[in-house]
Amino acid sequence: MSDAGKNMPWKEHGLTESEYQMICQLMRREPNYEELSLFGVMWSEHCSYKNSRAQLKKFPTKGPQVIQGPGENAGVVSVGDGLGVAFKMESHNHPSAIEPYQGAATGVGGIIRDIFAMGARPIASLNSLRFGLLDNNRTKHLLSGVVAGIAGYGNCMGIPTVGGEVYFHPSYQGNPLVNAMCVGLVDEDKIFKGSATGVGNIVMVVGARTGRDGIKGASFASEELSDQDADKRPNVQVGDPFMEKLLLEATLEILAKDLVIGLQDLGAAGLTSSASEMAGRAGNGLYIDIEKVPLREEGLAPWEIMLSESQERMLLVVDPSKVAEIEKVFDKWDLSAAAIGEVTGDGNFTIRKGSEVLATVPAGLLTDNAPVYQRQWSEPAYFQAQKNVKHDQLLAYGDWSGLLKKLITSPNLCSKRWIYEQYDHMVGLNTILRPGSDAAVLRLMDTGKGLALSTDCNSRYVYLDPWRGGAIAVAESALNVAVSGAKPLALTNCLNFGNPEDPEIYWQFVKATDGLAEAAARLDTPVTGGNVSFYNEYNGKAILPTPTIGMVGLLENLDCRVASGFKRAGDKVILIGTSKEELGATEANFLVTGRDEGLVPEIDLDLAARLNTFLVEAASKKLLNSAHDCSDGGLAVTLAESAILGGLGLEAELVGDISAAAAFFGESQSRAVLSAAPEKLDELTGLAAKFDLPLAVLGTVTADKFSIAYKGEKIECPLAELTDLYQNTLSRQVTL
Amino acid sequence: MSCKTAVIVFPGSNCDQDCVRSWKAITGGTAELVWHKESSIADYDVVILPGGFSFGDYLRCGAIARYSPVMNEVIRLAKRGTRIIGICNGFQILTEAHLLPGALLRNKGLAYLCKDIYLKVENNQTDFTSFYSPKAVVRIPIGHGEGSFTIAPAGLKKLQDENRIVFRYCREDGTSDESTAPNGSLDNIAGIINEQGNVLGMMPHPERLGEPVLGGEDGRYVFDSIFKAVTGQGGLN
Repeated sequence: MSDAGKNMPWKEHGLTESEYQMICQLMRREPNYEELSLFGVMWSEHCSYKNSRAQLKKFPTKGPQVIQGPGENAGVVSVGDGLGVAFKMESHNHPSAIEPYQGAATGVGGIIRDIFAMGARPIASLNSLRFGLLDNNRTKHLLSGVVAGIAGYGNCMGIPTVGGEVYFHPSYQGNPLVNAMCVGLVDEDKIFKGSATGVGNIVMVVGARTGRDGIKGASFASEELSDQDADKRPNVQVGDPFMEKLLLEATLEILAKDLVIGLQDLGAAGLTSSASEMAGRAGNGLYIDIEKVPLREEGLAPWEIMLSESQERMLLVVDPSKVAEIEKVFDKWDLSAAAIGEVTGDGNFTIRKGSEVLATVPAGLLTDNAPVYQRQWSEPAYFQAQKNVKHDQLLAYGDWSGLLKKLITSPNLCSKRWIYEQYDHMVGLNTILRPGSDAAVLRLMDTGKGLALSTDCNSRYVYLDPWRGGAIAVAESALNVAVSGAKPLALTNCLNFGNPEDPEIYWQFVKATDGLAEAAARLDTPVTGGNVSFYNEYNGKAILPTPTIGMVGLLENLDCRVASGFKRAGDKVILIGTSKEELGATEANFLVTGRDEGLVPEIDLDLAARLNTFLVEAASKKLLNSAHDCSDGGLAVTLAESAILGGLGLEAELVGDISAAAAFFGESQSRAVLSAAPEKLDELTGLAAKFDLPLAVLGTVTADKFSIAYKGEKIECPLAELTDLYQNTLSRQVTL
Repeated sequence: MSCKTAVIVFPGSNCDQDCVRSWKAITGGTAELVWHKESSIADYDVVILPGGFSFGDYLRCGAIARYSPVMNEVIRLAKRGTRIIGICNGFQILTEAHLLPGALLRNKGLAYLCKDIYLKVENNQTDFTSFYSPKAVVRIPIGHGEGSFTIAPAGLKKLQDENRIVFRYCREDGTSDESTAPNGSLDNIAGIINEQGNVLGMMPHPERLGEPVLGGEDGRYVFDSIFKAVTGQGGLN
């Protein structure tokens, strides 16, 4: 230990002086080095949510569909038939900025373990990615690396990566975002929890051996990045998907044989966090003998063993009589399984080396007593300034066909085919609507039902108006699910923000979570879990605030699923919802001016809820041949996508009394483009009236002509050209 | 006649369950999972080596799986005439075990590719393709990072002369040129058969488009053909 370390022992562990004093008070003595290192990681933002906990309480978390809310490894919702869907999303931003392949791969690996820790078999993965603009080699390197890492891990696991979203914006140049979501299936009566119940039960660590990798990753995640950080590469863990595949199969085998009482994956802060959390949840104590932990190399210090973030490990709590049988199963899979400790009745989290006690801390102090900070927040000047933004440049653009082409070749809007073709999205034989539609749809085998999954966040909206942006992220991900014919059930989130100690950043966080909470309540999609990632900054500049939503919806009848692409020439093309003079914060405005500016579109959550119900009912009555959510890029882009995805054209005439720019490219919320057989139109119109939703017939699906007219202005373009631009832009731009 | 079918499970296999499910759904028969450590297995009529990443694809795809105890049995069954199909990683294992010639290299773009592609059934006079019409063009997905088939010129000539190239990559209209194979395969080769005609390897996944709800059923006829070759029946389900 250095001299500075002696005088300010908290510093080395990322704690503040006041936190150190709090620890001394709580323990009624000074903690030793090992004990302090436990506090250092457990009280880090990453593990304790000390800067966000107060705000997260706003989220609605209950509902008849919720079986397991926040607090466990993952949330679980019921889909009927005794089946639960376990799902969660998590960030792996900082590791991916330093080492994109391993950072992304281990992010995927970690969230998969969270799902099977619930006893669920993972059936699908999704992700949400953010990078800087594609005009430089660093972004290309990060994008290629992250995609390859997700593919490398997920493909090997045999879990299909079925959907996600990718956006490019300069604010992510130094600090990309990698948010991974996993979804699994579990029998409702066989859900496992991460709880160390039963004094005298044995604690086992199974899977990979423990090495020196990823030590203090949790603390690393709770700091800002700078250009000095390339040397933090040793903080990034290395993934071994083959090991995880074996761990998955072995774990599900021992769960099926009913050999386990509680389990939890080893993620951030390794043994320390998993063991103390398991003890904390049960209100028990627990000891670990570090001499019994299987190691990958010799010479690890006790604190290194306790904080190692070596991947592909799980912690089990088991009855003493089951240890031998568990060892046998893991031996079959060529994995190690070791009894390393015991559940105790003293409430202490104790680390031993043989008979010597190295550290002993009441478990609750680590898991429940971290300080909760109510940070100061203040409204930044830029917020009010948006009212005065005029969109003259966009209004006068005139070349609407050219602008449509520009939009669909924007990497934010073009097809992400180049990415999702690198992911195995078919393994498991359940992927019914593949990536590229609004939501991915999976079948739930033997039930006739389906699951619709989507991730979403428009961070430009969140930046310009955090409340609306947060609410719209929920509304849009719910709409993505609803246009597929599924009822939105519940959501998980990944809240990516800058430094919470900056009052203007904290303002973004408070307002965005306000909007998110309100929308989740009004759309009846409770929050069942999630993750907060602060300190997403690079050399002092924060990312656009990005509260990503992962939505799960249920299709009662898989046969009633609806895809985004037009299906049949001659069908009527219909707009549900109202287009308003809303050009602020649009992708079109960004492409024309290069600025994030203007008022974010209004969101009426009652209308959004009615629209969802209408879409689900229309789908269940098989009135729709296609349905596509109208979002980034506006109506013209939505119509173009339905045409391109269906391989069919369109002849449409828009109505209204707004500008041509707003009619074509405005981003008014709660709109969807539908197509239906002409004979279904009356029923559909009646249904829209029942839900008090405006419906307008825009035109007809054609073989290959694509034209949209509005008040004498026109967008016209051969479908083949649009298709080529949309489908092949990304691969052209990424190629180094 | 019954059709006793095994799907071999290596550590890292991940299409084993898919193959069982698909085999049952398509043929109406049954299939058993067989663990790779088995050193003695029954005289199966059909053995499926499924896709996945056996042993993590470490060292080289299929190179470690080839030494699993069960492979001696697979070789024994191959000699006895059991129909053996290796799909994707299974194909890679069959080449490593020398039950099929050639080798599978990294895709030309160096990236894993998962997508529907078109295949031409070059030889429908096999136990694996009898349900297809001659030179049929079928849509079946691929999902691999190392599927670029290669073989020395003499070996290629032998495959060509003996009509043992069963599937070739092509365009939707059946045409092809040197750039058609999505992975850079020599001569657009997607699937080949052994001299005796009872061991087939193919990179595309027939089980992934074996029922209409998945978006197509061009793939099912591979399983239908095998089932019929063994039982004299097929295409019932």
